[in-house]
This record gives sequence, structure tokens and C-alpha cells, in this order.
Amino acid sequence: MIRQFSLLFFIISSTCLAGGKILATPGVSQVEGAGGGGLVPWAQLAGYATENTIAASAFCTQATVKDFQLDSCGAQLNFYDRLELSFAQQNFDVNPLSLSLSQQIIGVKYRLYGDVVYSHWPQLSLGIQHKTLDTPDIAFALGAQHDSGTDIYIAASRLHLGLIAGYNFLWNATIRYTEANEMGLLGFGGSNGGGGFEAEISAAVLINKHFAIGAEYRQKPDNLGLGESDWSDIFIAWFPNKNASITLAYVNLDVIAALPNQDGWYLSVMGYY
Amino acid sequence: MNRCNGVIFTVLLVLLLAACSTKIDSKHQATLYEQLGAHQGMERLVNTVIKKIAKDEQIFPYFAKASVSHFKQGFMSHLCQTTGGPCQYTGDTMVDIHTGMNINEADFNRVVELLIEAMEEIDITYQTQNRVLAKLAPLRAQIIKI
Repeated sequence: MIRQFSLLFFIISSTCLAGGKILATPGVSQVEGAGGGGLVPWAQLAGYATENTIAASAFCTQATVKDFQLDSCGAQLNFYDRLELSFAQQNFDVNPLSLSLSQQIIGVKYRLYGDVVYSHWPQLSLGIQHKTLDTPDIAFALGAQHDSGTDIYIAASRLHLGLIAGYNFLWNATIRYTEANEMGLLGFGGSNGGGGFEAEISAAVLINKHFAIGAEYRQKPDNLGLGESDWSDIFIAWFPNKNASITLAYVNLDVIAALPNQDGWYLSVMGYY
Repeated sequence: MNRCNGVIFTVLLVLLLAACSTKIDSKHQATLYEQLGAHQGMERLVNTVIKKIAKDEQIFPYFAKASVSHFKQGFMSHLCQTTGGPCQYTGDTMVDIHTGMNINEADFNRVVELLIEAMEEIDITYQTQNRVLAKLAPLRAQIIKI
């Protein structure tokens, strides 16, 4: 018992040493596994690692809208606040057809410049997400060209200390090149197009040390000609300490596979080590 | 009934305080220095930070050979000037002080953390804390890895 306690204490104390950054500044996990907001990968790398430390984190997210449910779980490793490796497993229940789609996403993100809080210019990172769809039948039936694809993105983010009446304001802007239909769950490419650049933005205010509220917007292509729409959300994230966060969001996924009004709730938990 | 009175009293008090603070604000924009409690508040903050550094295994070694009174004097007048107070910092530059100390990002972040803890301990509001950090954050390039 005592040994377990001292081990726990050791873990907690070493974690504290690793985590020098200001609480909440690294953000949470996005649905494809990268460190970020809920929908958008950010320039920050996941977790509280600094130049001398490695951080590990893991998350599970569930988004439930009218006709679909997305479950995404994954993990990140942050090497010296320079390189982030991530993995996510997505399962997507299509309720009207009583079937599930699933894909795996391997991500790499490299910090090119800066620090979201301290540098003169915004933090800048370059990332890729390689996606492999396990269940390509529906995608091919709808006209998708491939069952795997790679997104490339560049993200810039900045936290402005005390900007709005003394509250910290964070923004992130991401440009992504992607061929993915509905993130890849409906395959890659289609009769309407093969690939293109999409813009994604996030903004958040830290209303106190532990809570952030914000909104996101993510442009998406419409390669399949099914009226695929942009995504948006408003969120509140709770950071009780540097080992956990919980994010609740209201997401508007609009039209998915020609089914309209796909809005609903998003819940994500993340552990940082 | 008593409880009700208490609630009404509290609401009135809050309204009064809010009115007062807006009045002060509209008369003249309180500097950050004043929000921190001027000279007395600054001294309290610096003392609390020093107390925290002295107890911190990661940071204390950097101060092992430093004179506490010299550091306190310098920190106070620097903070006073940075937050818009009526002081002129005449000490060595940030670069001169920190050159050769090999302070890394983690150490810098830890000091920021100690500063936040100190401000919390003496009940400085979250907004004022952020404003102080906003003034000090740009100094990082003059402090670390030099």
C-alpha cells in the first residue's frame, strides 16, 4: 500500500516537473487524433512537454448527431515540444443503415516556429494525417476513388494574454490539403473532385484558469456531390489540472451523405501524462 | 426572511462596488501598478514570489548565490516600471542578468507558474494576473538560453 502510494506520488511529482506550461494552453484532442480543438488540428502539440521532456496523452471522443454517431479514441506522443505522433481509431455508426464505418489515422505534426504564448509571431506547425478506411464498400458505392489518403496541413496559433478585458484569447487558423470525404469515412476523392485546400479556424476565451469556451469552423470538400457541408461547433472545456480535460460541445455537422440537420452533442475526455 | 435580507444586502453591496469601480475607472484608468496595490501590493507580491522560489527545488539553485535584498529591490522596481508605476528601473538589463545562467524553457515556465501561484495566494484577480503575465511574457527572449 505504502509502495503504491509512493509510486503514485512519484508519478504525480514527475508529471508536475514535466508540465511547466500554463494550464489549458496545449488544448485538447481533435477527432482525428492531433492536438487541437475538437474539429481542428492546432499548431500546439498535444500535452505539456517542453524542450527537455516527452509527454504522452490519450483521449476518447463521442459525437452523437441525428442519424450518426462517431466514436474516436486515440493517443499522442509529444517529443520535446517539437514533434507529435498521433493515432486515432474512428468508428462511425450509420443508424439508418444499421452499419458501422471505421478508419485509422496516423498523424505526425512538426513545430516549425514559436510558442503559442511567448514568441513574437504565432506558433506555426506542419502536419500530416494518413487515413486508412477499413470499410470502403459504402465509399466506393458512393463514387469515392480511394480507400486511403493523406491530409497535409499547416496551422498557426496564438494565445493573447489578457487581451479581452483581462481574459486570455486563443485563436488558431489551419489550411489543409485533403481528398477526404467526411474526414475519410466516405473514402477519398470522387466525381466532383480529387483534392483541394480547406480552411479551418478556432477561437477560444479562457474564462478562468480552468475553463475555456470557444467555437470552431471547418471547411470540407464535396468530392462525392452529396452536398457535404462545412462543420462547426461551440465548446466548453474544463481543465481541472494538467492531467485531465473534459470537453463538451454542440456540433453542427449539417449534411452527411445527403441526410440534413446533423447536429448534436460532442463529449471528449483526455488524459495527459 | 433574514436570509432574504442577506441576499438583498449582498446584491446591493455588489452593485455598489461595481458602481464604485466603474466610477474610479471612468475618472482615470487605473494602471496595472495600482491594480496590484501600488507599492505595498508590489512588495507583498515580490515577497510571496521569493518565498515560493526559496521552497522550489527546480528554481532555487539559480538563486543560491544571489542576495535576496538585491533581488527584491530590483524585481520590485522592474515590476513597478513594467506595470506603469512611478518608478525608474536602474538595474542591469534582463540580458546582462541572465546571460550565462542557461535558463531553459521548463525553468522559465516554472517561474511563471510560481508567479501565478503567488498572485493567487494574495488574491489578485484572474484578469489582473493575465495582464501582468502579458507585460512579462515578451521578456522571455531576454531571459532564456543566453
